[in-house]
Amino acid sequence: MATYDWLFNMVGLRAWCDTDASTGPMSMAQLLAKTGNSAPEPSYTFAFPSLDELNKACGQIAQTRDVIKGLEDGFLAIRPALRTVLDPITQPLSWMLDGTLYLFTTAPWFLIMAVMLIAVWYATYSLSVVIFNAFCLSFFAFVDHFEPAMQTFAVILVCTIISALLGVPIGIAMSKYNRLQRAIIPVLDLLQTLPTFVYLIPLIFLFPIGESRLYGIAIVLYAIVPVIRLTDLGVRLVDKDVVEAGNAFGMSPAQKLGKVELPLALPNIMAGLNQTIMMSLAMVVIASMVTAPGLGVLVLRGIRNLELGVGLMAGVCIVLLAVMLDRTSKAALSRIDRTKTEM
Amino acid sequence: MTQTPKVSLRGLYKIFGSDDKAVLQHAKAGMSKENLLVSHQHVLGLKDINVEMQAGEITVVMGLSGSGKSTLIRHLNRLIEPTDGEILVDGVDIMKLSTLDLRHMRQNKMSMVFQKFALLPHRTVLQNAAMALNIQGAATEDQEGEAKKWLDRVGLGGFENHYPSQLSGGMQQRVGIARALTSNSDIMLMDEAFSALDPLIRTDMQDLLLELQVELKKTIVFITHDLDEALKLADHLVILKDGAVIQQGEPQSILMAPSDPYIEDFVSDINRARVLRIRSVMQELTEGKFAGDVDANDNLESLIATSGGDTSLRYRVVENGKPVGELDMRELVKALVPRISSSETGTRYH
Ligand SMILES: Nc1ncnc2c1ncn2[C@@H]1O[C@H](COP(=O)(O)OP(=O)(O)OP(=O)(O)O)[C@@H](O)[C@H]1O
Ligand SMILES: [Mg+2]
Repeated sequence: MATYDWLFNMVGLRAWCDTDASTGPMSMAQLLAKTGNSAPEPSYTFAFPSLDELNKACGQIAQTRDVIKGLEDGFLAIRPALRTVLDPITQPLSWMLDGTLYLFTTAPWFLIMAVMLIAVWYATYSLSVVIFNAFCLSFFAFVDHFEPAMQTFAVILVCTIISALLGVPIGIAMSKYNRLQRAIIPVLDLLQTLPTFVYLIPLIFLFPIGESRLYGIAIVLYAIVPVIRLTDLGVRLVDKDVVEAGNAFGMSPAQKLGKVELPLALPNIMAGLNQTIMMSLAMVVIASMVTAPGLGVLVLRGIRNLELGVGLMAGVCIVLLAVMLDRTSKAALSRIDRTKTEM
Repeated sequence: MTQTPKVSLRGLYKIFGSDDKAVLQHAKAGMSKENLLVSHQHVLGLKDINVEMQAGEITVVMGLSGSGKSTLIRHLNRLIEPTDGEILVDGVDIMKLSTLDLRHMRQNKMSMVFQKFALLPHRTVLQNAAMALNIQGAATEDQEGEAKKWLDRVGLGGFENHYPSQLSGGMQQRVGIARALTSNSDIMLMDEAFSALDPLIRTDMQDLLLELQVELKKTIVFITHDLDEALKLADHLVILKDGAVIQQGEPQSILMAPSDPYIEDFVSDINRARVLRIRSVMQELTEGKFAGDVDANDNLESLIATSGGDTSLRYRVVENGKPVGELDMRELVKALVPRISSSETGTRYH
C-alpha cells in the first residue's frame, strides 16, 4: 500500500493508473527489496510526493530515473542536429589548437624562448618584464617542465586570441544596441556563475573526447566574458564630447568606431583581455580532465595518484606562469596608457 | 544692403521628450516651459527661433545657463534634430539632406570648436589639427601641410608632436581652433569655446579670433554667457531666455535700448564707457565750435581721457575722414548711466 493511493482514488484516476501499472520499471527501493537487503520500512510512511513515491501509488506516473533517461535521450536526439551546425564552426578551433601545440612542442627551446622574449619586449618596452619572463621560462626548462608549460601556454594563447576575436565585436555590438546588451548580460552572468564542470558535461557528448576543441570551447566560453563586458563598458564610457566632435566633423559610423571609440576604449579592452588570459589559465588546468594537455595533467596526476611532489611542482610552475602572463599583459596595458599609441 | 543670409533659422522649435510632435501644438499655443514640463513631462528647448546669420559676421548667441544656447548651435549642423522649423544654409534646407549629404556638409561647410576642447587624446597635436582632412580622406602630405600651416597661425608652431594632455587649456583650445580652420569651411560654430579658460588667456583667445576674422571673414556663430565677451566679438547679438529669442540686433543698439528687464539686468553690470562707441551716442551734426575731432568707432572711455573729464566740451565725430555727427560731453555722461535707473522710478520701458 503506497502513501499516495488516496490521492488518485480521490480524484478518480484509479482506473487510469491501473491500465498497465505493472509495466513500469522497478524503483531502486523495489530492487533492493528483491535482493533482500532493503532497510526496514519506517513505521511512519509520510514521504514527500516525489516522482518515485507517486509511481508506487500510480503506475502511470514516471519515475525520476525515467526523467533522467528522457533528458539523456532528448539530448542524444538533438545531438546530430547540433553537431551538423557546430562541427564545421568549431573545426578551425581544433586545427588552431593542434597546430599551435605542435609548434610549441616541436620547436627547439631556444627558438621559443627567443621569439617569446622579443614579443614581450615589443608588447611592453619594459626590460624588467622581459627579464622576469626569461627567468620563468628558464625555470620551466631547468626543472624539465618546459614542454607542459608551453602546452598550457599554447592553449591559453589560442583561446585568448579566439576570445578577443569574438568578444570585442560582441562587446561593440552590445554598446551600440541596448536591447542586445539586455539580452546578452544574463548569458554572461550565467557563463560566469556556472561551475565549470556543469558545462563540461554536454560538451563531452557533443564532441568526441580527444578532440582539442572540446576543451577549447570550454575555455573560450569561460574566459570570453570579461573581454565582452569590458569592451561594452569601454565603448560606452568614451568621452561623449569627443564622439560629438567626430560627428560634427562628419565622421561616418565606421570612422567613429576606428578613430575614436576603439582607441579610447582600448585601455578597458586590454584590462578585459588581461582577465581573459588569467581565466583561460584557470580553466586550462581544470580542462585537463577532458584531455587538455599541459601542467594541468600533472596536477591531476598528483591528485589521482597522491603524488604530492608532482602536483606541487606543477603548481609552482602554474603560479609562475600566471604571474608571468599577468605582469606581461599589465605592462602592455600600461604602455598603451602611457604612450597613447595608435590602433 | 540686402544680402541673402548665410544661415537662417525659421520658426525653429525643439522639444525634448518622447512625444515631441504631439506636445508641439501646446508650445506653439504659448505654453510656458514650466507648464510644459509639469503637465506634459517634456522640456521646451527652443521656441520659435528666427535668426539670420550674415556671411562674414560673428553672430553671438548669449543667455544664461539652460537658456538653450548649446541646443541652438547644435541645430545648425543637425547634431540635434528640430521638432519643427527650417534651417537654411546657403539657401538649402538642411533638413532635406540625406545622411551622406549631411556628412559632406559637416565635412566641408561647418566646423565646430567645443567648450571642453574634445581633442583626440591618442593623437598628436598635428594629427588632431588635421582631423577634418583625415576624415575627408586627403593625402597625408596635404593633411600635414594644412594642419601645420594653421597650427603656426594660431601660435602653436613647434608643438606638432605633443599630445593634447601635454598642453595647457589655452593651447588645447588653439588646437581646437586650428582643427576648425584646417577644415577650410566657411562656417565656424563655437560653443562657449573660451569659457573654460582663465580670464587673461581668454582675452588672448578673443583677440586671436578677431585677428583671424579680419583676414578670413568666416561666418562665425559664437556662444557665450559672458556679456563682455559677447560685446567684444559680436557683429550681431542674439539674446536667448528660456529657449526664446528676446532681443537681437547690433550690440550697441541693444545696450542703448534693452527691450526687456532681463537684458537690462544683464547690461547694468558692464563698463559702459569701455563698451559703448561714440557712434552709438552721437547726435545730429550742427554748426558751432568743436573742441576737436573724434572717431565714431572709438569707445567713450578714450574720449573721456581725451577731454580730461571736462563736461562742457563738444566734439565733432568723424568716420573715414567725413564728419558724421557731434557729441556733447554732457550727453556722453548721461549715456554712461544704464537706463535701468528709469525702472526704479516706475517708468520701465517695454
Ligand atoms: N537631451 C536632452 N533631454 C532633455 N532636456 C534637454 C536635453 N538637452 C538639453 N535639455 C534641456 O534644454 C535646455 C537648454 O539646454 P542647453 O544645454 O541648450 O543650455 P545652455 O544654454 O547651453 O546652457 P549652458 O550654459 O549650461 O551650457 C535645458 O533646460 C536642458 O535641461
Ligand atoms: Mg551649453
